[in-house]
Amino acid sequence: MLTKAPTGIAGFDDVTQGGLPAGRPSLVCGGAGCGKTLFAVTFLVNGATQFSEPGVFMSFEERAEDLAANVASLGYDLDGLVAQGKLTIDHVRVERSEIEEAGEYDLEGLFVRLAYAVDSIKAKRVVLDTVETLFSGLSDAAILRSELRRLFGWLKERGLTAIITGERGEGQLTRQGLEEYVSDCVVLLDNRVEDQITTRRLRVVKYRGSAHGSNEYPFLIDDAGISVLPVTSADLDYAVSSAVVSTGIEGLDAMFGPGGFYQGSSILISGVSGTGKTTIGSSFIDAACRRGERCLSFVFEESGAQICRNVRSVGLDLARHVESGLLRFEAARPSLFGLEMHLARMQRDIDAFKPGLVLIDPVSALRGPVNELQATLLRMVDMLKSRGITALFTSLRTDGTFDQVGDLGLSSLMDAWVKLLDVDANGERTRTLYVIKARGMSHSNQVREFLMSSAGIRLVDAYVGPAGVLTGTARVVQEAQEEADALRRRQDSERRRREVVRRRQSIERQIADLRASLDMAEEEESLLLSHEETRDSLLSGGRDAIAARRSAAE
Amino acid sequence: MSGAAPERYLLRLFIAGPSPRSHRTMENLRRICSTHLQDRFDLEVVDIYQQQALAEASQVVAAPTLLKLSPPPVRRIVGDLSDETRVLHGLGLPVLPPGPADER
Repeated sequence: MLTKAPTGIAGFDDVTQGGLPAGRPSLVCGGAGCGKTLFAVTFLVNGATQFSEPGVFMSFEERAEDLAANVASLGYDLDGLVAQGKLTIDHVRVERSEIEEAGEYDLEGLFVRLAYAVDSIKAKRVVLDTVETLFSGLSDAAILRSELRRLFGWLKERGLTAIITGERGEGQLTRQGLEEYVSDCVVLLDNRVEDQITTRRLRVVKYRGSAHGSNEYPFLIDDAGISVLPVTSADLDYAVSSAVVSTGIEGLDAMFGPGGFYQGSSILISGVSGTGKTTIGSSFIDAACRRGERCLSFVFEESGAQICRNVRSVGLDLARHVESGLLRFEAARPSLFGLEMHLARMQRDIDAFKPGLVLIDPVSALRGPVNELQATLLRMVDMLKSRGITALFTSLRTDGTFDQVGDLGLSSLMDAWVKLLDVDANGERTRTLYVIKARGMSHSNQVREFLMSSAGIRLVDAYVGPAGVLTGTARVVQEAQEEADALRRRQDSERRRREVVRRRQSIERQIADLRASLDMAEEEESLLLSHEETRDSLLSGGRDAIAARRSAAE
Repeated sequence: MSGAAPERYLLRLFIAGPSPRSHRTMENLRRICSTHLQDRFDLEVVDIYQQQALAEASQVVAAPTLLKLSPPPVRRIVGDLSDETRVLHGLGLPVLPPGPADER
C-alpha cells in the first residue's frame, strides 16, 4: 500500500484518497496564473502546521519576500513559519544576462543548497517552483535534463515528498516534458474562461499505484485558502427522513396530508416574477430558524440585507436569525462563477455551515448550456439529499408552458412542487398557489388564493365554480352574490312553506265547513225523521181515533 | 579599457569537492588569470560542500561557478572554464587575438 502525504487541501485529499505519494515527487502543472504556486505553498504550510512535516520552498521565480507577501492574503504567515524553523524559502535566481557558460558544469550547487535547506530544518516536504525556469537561464538543455532527472531521483532517495511545478507546454503537460521524469503523480491545474466566466479546475492526470478521482474538479482560491471541490455524485442510497417540517404558513401546511414537507426533501417553488417566491421561501426559513435549525440561503438576485428588509413587510424578522447565527446569506451574482464553481462553492459552504435547510433563490438565475445546467442541478439536489438537508429552490421559469429549457428538467428531480400563479382578471391581480406534486403524501389539489399582509401570509379558499376559478374581488363579489342567492332561496322556500300552510288551513277550513253542513244536514235529517214519525204516529193516532170514532158511530 | 588605472579583480570560485572537474577548473582559471590579470586579482576558492550557506547566499546553482564580485557588474561564469574566450567575455576582459598570448 502506497503511503500518502496529506496536503491538507480540502477536497484534494479526498480525490486522491489521502494526498500525494509520500516520499516521492509529484508534478503540478498548468498555465500561468492557474494557482500552481499557491497549491504548492499550501502543501508546505499545511505540512508544517497540521502534519508536523517541515518544508523547503525552493523558488525559481519569486523572491522569498514577494512570495510571503503574495500568500499573506490567504492567511499564511510564511515569515512566522520560517522563524519557527518549520519552513525554509530559498530563492534560486538564474539570470541569463549575468551568466556566461564556459565549459562543462552540473547543478551540484542546487543539490547542495537543497540538501542544506532540508537538513537545516529536517524537512519532509519540498517544493520546486518552477524548476523549468532553469532552462531559460542556462542554455545546455542536455545537461539540465540529466541533472533534473538526477534531482528527482535524489528527492526520492531522500524520501522527500515533493511538488515540482511546471508551466503548461504545447502538446505536452510541461514545456520541458518534465512529466517524463516525474511519473508517480501528475496533477493538472487549469484556469478556463467560458462565456467570460473563469473556472479553475484540477485533474489528477495520473497517480501510479493508487486509485484516484479522474474527473476535472473545480477548485477555489479565496481568503480561506485553496479548496478543491469534488462534487461527488451521490448514489441514490441516502437515508430518508419521515419527519415533517412546517412551511411556516398555516394554510400551506394544511394542503399536505402530514401537515408540511418531509425533512430532507427538495421543494420547488415556481412562478413568474412578483408572485411571492422569495417571501414564501423566507417564511420557510423563518419557520426553520424558529425550530432552531440552521439555514443557508444562496441568493442570486438580492442581497441578504435587502431580503431581510423586504420580508419585514410581511411580518418576518429574518435579521434576528442572522444575528443569532442560525441564518446565513450567501449572495453572489450568477455570472461571478461558472456553474461548476457555484455548485462547488455551495458544497463547501454547506459543509462548513451544516444547515438543515438550504434555499436557492432563484435556481433559474444559474445560466449555462442546458445539459450542463441539468447535470449541475441534479448533482446539487443529490448533494443536498445525501446530507439530509431540506432544499428549497425557487424558479422563475415556469410560466404556464413546461418546455424542457424552461423548467430545467427540475420538476422531475423535485419531491414537491408548489406553483405560484398570478390570476389576472377584472382589472386586478391575485396571487394563487397550488401544489403540482408532493411525493409520498396526499395533498390538496385545490387552487388557493394567498394574501400577503403585515400579519404574514394567509391562504384563503379560492372560489371554484362553474364560472371557473374566481379570486380576489371577483371571489368576494361571487361570494356576496351567492349569499344573496341563498337568501332569496331561503325567502322563497319560506314563502312556499307559508303558502302550503295557508292552503292546508283553507282546506281544513273547507273540511270544517263541509263537516258543519254535514252536521246540519244530519240534524235536519233527524229532525225530518222525527217530524215524520210524529206525523206518522199522529196520523195513525188520528186514524185510530177516526176509526174509533167511525166504529162508535157505526 | 586595458591601460590606465588597472582595477583589482575580486573572484570567487565555487567548486563541488575535489573532483577532477574541480581541478581542471582551477587550472584553467589560474592560467587565464596569470595571462590576463597578472597580479591584479584576488581569488577565493570555496567548496560548496563545506560552505553551503555561502553557496546559497551567493546564488550558486551550477558547479563550478566563478563569481566576479568586482569590478562591477557582478557576473557569473559557469562551467569548467575551458572556453577561454567566453571566460574573458564574462570577466569583461578584451579577447586577445591569437598570438604569443595564446598558450594553447
